[in-house]
Amino acid sequence: MAERSFVKEVEKLRAGEGQLFRGEGILAITKALLENGVGYVGGYQGAPISHLMDVLADAQDILGELGVHFEASASEAAAAAMLAASVHYPIRGAVTFKSTVGTNVASDALANLASGGVTGGALVIVGEDYGEGSSIMQERSHAFAMKSQIWLLDPRPNLPSIVKAVGDAFDLSEASNTPVMLQVRIRSCHVHGEFTTKDNRRPTMTVADALENPRRDLDRIVLPPASFRHEQEKVTKRLPAALEYIQSHGLNELFGPKEHKVGIILQGGMYNGVIRALQRLGLADINGETEIPLYVMNVTYPLVPDELMQFCKSKDAVLVVEEGYPDYIEQAIGAMLQKEGLSTKLEGKGPFPQAGEYTGQVMLDSIQTFLATHSDVLPGKGRAPNTPGPSPDVEQLQDVVPMRPPGFCIGCPERPIFAATKLVEEELGPHHIASDIGCHLFSIMPPFGIGSTTMGYGLGPASASAFNTTETDRRSISFIGDGGFWHNGLTSSISNAVFNQNDGVIVIVDNYYSAATGGQDVLSSRADNKRKSTKHPITEAVKGVGVKWVRQIDRTYNVPQMQAVLKEALTTSVKGPKVIVASSECMLNKQRREKPIINHAINEQKRVVKTRFGVDEDICTGDHACMRLSGCPSLTLKELDDPLRDDPVAYIDQNCVGCGNCGEVADAAILCPSFYQADTIHNPSKFERIVGKMRAGFISALQNWRERRSLTIEEV
Amino acid sequence: MPDTIFGETLGTGEDATRTITKIAIFAVGGQGGGVLTDWIVNLAEANGYKAQSTSVAGVAQRTGATIYYVEMAPDTGKAPVFSLSPSQGDVDIVICAELMEAGRAVIRGFVTADKTTLITSSHRILAVSEKVVPGKGEQDSNAVLSRLGGASQKLVAFDMEEIATNNDSVISSSLFGALAGSGALPFPKSTYEDTIRNGGKSITASLASFNASFEHAQSAPPAKNTAEATTPKAKPTKTLKARGPKRKLAAWNQLLSRIEALPEPTREMARAGLRKTVEFQDLKYGEEYLNHLEIVLASDTEKENWELTKTAAKHIANAMCYDDTIRVAHIKTQKSRFQRVENEIQLKTGNQLYLIEYLHPRMEEISGTLPTRLGKWIEERPNLFNWLDRRVNKGRRIKTRSVRGFLTLWLISSLKPWRRSFLRHKIETQHFHTWRDLALKTVHSDYRLAIEILKCRRLIKGYSDTHTRSHSKFDRVLSSLPLLQGREDAADWLRRLREASLLDEKGEAMEGALKTIQTL
Repeated sequence: MAERSFVKEVEKLRAGEGQLFRGEGILAITKALLENGVGYVGGYQGAPISHLMDVLADAQDILGELGVHFEASASEAAAAAMLAASVHYPIRGAVTFKSTVGTNVASDALANLASGGVTGGALVIVGEDYGEGSSIMQERSHAFAMKSQIWLLDPRPNLPSIVKAVGDAFDLSEASNTPVMLQVRIRSCHVHGEFTTKDNRRPTMTVADALENPRRDLDRIVLPPASFRHEQEKVTKRLPAALEYIQSHGLNELFGPKEHKVGIILQGGMYNGVIRALQRLGLADINGETEIPLYVMNVTYPLVPDELMQFCKSKDAVLVVEEGYPDYIEQAIGAMLQKEGLSTKLEGKGPFPQAGEYTGQVMLDSIQTFLATHSDVLPGKGRAPNTPGPSPDVEQLQDVVPMRPPGFCIGCPERPIFAATKLVEEELGPHHIASDIGCHLFSIMPPFGIGSTTMGYGLGPASASAFNTTETDRRSISFIGDGGFWHNGLTSSISNAVFNQNDGVIVIVDNYYSAATGGQDVLSSRADNKRKSTKHPITEAVKGVGVKWVRQIDRTYNVPQMQAVLKEALTTSVKGPKVIVASSECMLNKQRREKPIINHAINEQKRVVKTRFGVDEDICTGDHACMRLSGCPSLTLKELDDPLRDDPVAYIDQNCVGCGNCGEVADAAILCPSFYQADTIHNPSKFERIVGKMRAGFISALQNWRERRSLTIEEV
Repeated sequence: MPDTIFGETLGTGEDATRTITKIAIFAVGGQGGGVLTDWIVNLAEANGYKAQSTSVAGVAQRTGATIYYVEMAPDTGKAPVFSLSPSQGDVDIVICAELMEAGRAVIRGFVTADKTTLITSSHRILAVSEKVVPGKGEQDSNAVLSRLGGASQKLVAFDMEEIATNNDSVISSSLFGALAGSGALPFPKSTYEDTIRNGGKSITASLASFNASFEHAQSAPPAKNTAEATTPKAKPTKTLKARGPKRKLAAWNQLLSRIEALPEPTREMARAGLRKTVEFQDLKYGEEYLNHLEIVLASDTEKENWELTKTAAKHIANAMCYDDTIRVAHIKTQKSRFQRVENEIQLKTGNQLYLIEYLHPRMEEISGTLPTRLGKWIEERPNLFNWLDRRVNKGRRIKTRSVRGFLTLWLISSLKPWRRSFLRHKIETQHFHTWRDLALKTVHSDYRLAIEILKCRRLIKGYSDTHTRSHSKFDRVLSSLPLLQGREDAADWLRRLREASLLDEKGEAMEGALKTIQTL
């Protein structure tokens, strides 16, 4: 079960002709898939398209009614390979993943798909994880489109445009026998808006139809000599067909006056940002009516030379708004202008920074610079804007406002794993530690500071494989999550270590979900899933590929145990990889699942035990050693109203979920006796109440006895 | 930079986005910024506006700083082109669910004095970097609060987290109330309330929190300069009241009267110190405390406003009240502690509370609680000590609200009358005297240095290994004395060293400062 449920929202997917649909970008994309008669859908979760997978998973009934097959693919490669169903059969298929990381993984299948070409529309929806809020390396998906000849759509970021792009993509794909990528940026995935719906369409051919009537066409298989023909076909047949389709259907858009000295050429996804800059300059109105001509490329690959040259021909200068580096589009336009012999001045990177996100300020500054240089629409032409430096206030604030990078949630079961690792390192010295992709990568941040590299999903242990030598006893430690493990880690990391007799320690962080992407199920999830096969133990898989030394930890919060197992793994004489599977449920998902049940039970007068932790402020000395092994948001500081105390003491706030990490760590690291666990029994049984009363009587008798004999001093 | 409002410097036409209201919400992941965003969009639409919201989801939301963004404009039948992200210098309303996030919004240029209404909760959610410092790592809230007024056009700042908690709600409701109360949007209050009602979840609590916050935002004076609004209220002077057996009360009052004989500036601290030492051990111990204090006083002078005695009053009390097993057991079994815990976890009548203490005594703690000679005898025999340690040294979970668990701790705490004869007391007393004498020896040559020596007591804290480490830091800092003595700036250097050693766990900053001193 995913972190966010769309069960209510997916009902909107049933909307028919002419209805107004309101919702998030990803929901609109799903609706558009159904309206366009998609036959099968797959993908791999990851921001910003995680919710697209969640929506599809929650919409399975609707998909089922329409005969649409949905699959939560094992990886982006598996998803891309799924599009093979559109090679011989006129079935429309769509897959989705995060880009560029997902596209990297998928590129083998994508290249094969693009070589042979497709019969049915094949759509790859890539969530471009670029700019603010991104968690990956900053690259462009554009390169993948160019290298494999996959058409790339980058629609204007509003719901009607995105929805239209889905339909265009399928049509374009079929018209040119080429797979199409639809690029959606982080914010357009989550933009709330509206569009007018159409009826959902059953696929003209379902996967069942195809299974019953298998086809094969030797020409479409990537094997010589066909593969050489494919290369030619791409430029002689498919590209012209695509250009013809794009032009005749007006996929790219022109806005503003026909005649002008200057114009702006932009990726569709940049449209709102460009318009905003023009609005602020007084050159566009609130509804986007612009005084500057715009050529909006809803298709960013292939470029349409005829349209581009037509746009440039009558202009002194054009500005290319192309986010990210390298500037493929600008270079291509430059070459076109040169071949065409046009003297139109080409600007892009220059007014715009070479790399980095095109934020509001960047747009405003760059477009203003371009217009000031090449036009007279701005009366203050040539005058530099007064840009005062940062005010002293801002500089002083910079010294005070702390960084707030993302970190482990309250009660996260991964926290004690890294607390234990830190403690083991304190004892055995520092080790080379390789990290992987997932929530566990937060170990890199304070307070743990654990992990040196991250080389890609499921590749943590593989990235430590060079550190395999008999010249030292010191072993490498590598981390990998359950998500990465099932994605490709079992082969790339574990089998690799077995085969190469790597002696390192591998910790598989198993939190029952693909947690970082929003809590989707994986093979080893403990949940009952109606449509997926779960509960496959990681240990079995690991043993299956030949790991001899395997330890399963069922409660990561047991820090001493975690510590002992890690220590054993680092020191045992057993050869080959030492694999520790550290399992505890993702607290975010556990709370979402259990909280309503518990509250309901309490209201129903059922007996419920609720746990949380506390700190005795008189015992805490304010050293904060516990914080350095935790970083839990609910373990925080409190100033005491005591003139004798200088430093704030530890304090656990109301958000504590009672995971026990702080108490366990205080015990394991022998920190202090300040922590206590408070178990509150709601609706205790009658027996408990009687025993409780007797106990309380005994205890308070002793307390009173002492109090009568001693001096009690109070502040009033 | 926040300062280039283009229309003012260049540009022909006016900024065409003036009819668009731009709202950015800064929150810490997990604070429910999404709920607030949805409310604002629904509110706008209910008032005949077109609205668009965006957010950045994904892993960045896990406890990190996150931004939500809303744009709205009166519905004219056409579709406005809204921006998907906030621009610097072009945000009308910035809502922050935490104080430092407001500071961040200013730094990033989203809050500007010409147009932004800044609505922020003044409470703090500490960042990890603030919490891990061994000393005081918390950043200065006032340094941020005092600058928000000048940075924004209008500031609404108060503790909205508290209002939410008091109404059993979450901060999104009190932020929404503050937005309504700020009057930054031209919408009637009832439409806000309808929006909450239509949301369908915990309506009563959300409305209560919304209304309390609304009132607060309306009644608060326009906070242009908030430095004043946030200065802590003057603490009411507290007096100590004692109860107990008559004989002990009389003795206590006598000790209190000795404090009256001390110079005025030292009395408050001395009273706190006396209370602590008496509570730690007994009246006699309090008497010893005052004796120490009077010895220090004899070397002090009014010319310095009795700073030495005042400092000694604090640190001698702390030094005398070391953290031993008896003290821990005593606190854990106190009636007042039980009550404090019940308050903290908000125990409701009818529910039962069990307490489990996370203890991990080592052999050192045990031998410290043995008669000096026996304890020493064991500690001098490593084989025996280690053999015993293997049996003792492990994590123990004690259930303090069960008869057995309570009795265990209660019996340990009952050893208090014999504490003076235990090994730990001997060790602590020796250390105490060396330190006190060092300060007293120094006072005649360098008054301020003596004060700094006393203040180094702050370095000693923690239990077991942490305690040992803190001792070595204490020793390292004081090891600089031979190099410093005689220098005019000796006190400053010692202070710097002490502060440096509270910056990080391993004492790297301190070692750096020590190296500098060696080169002086």
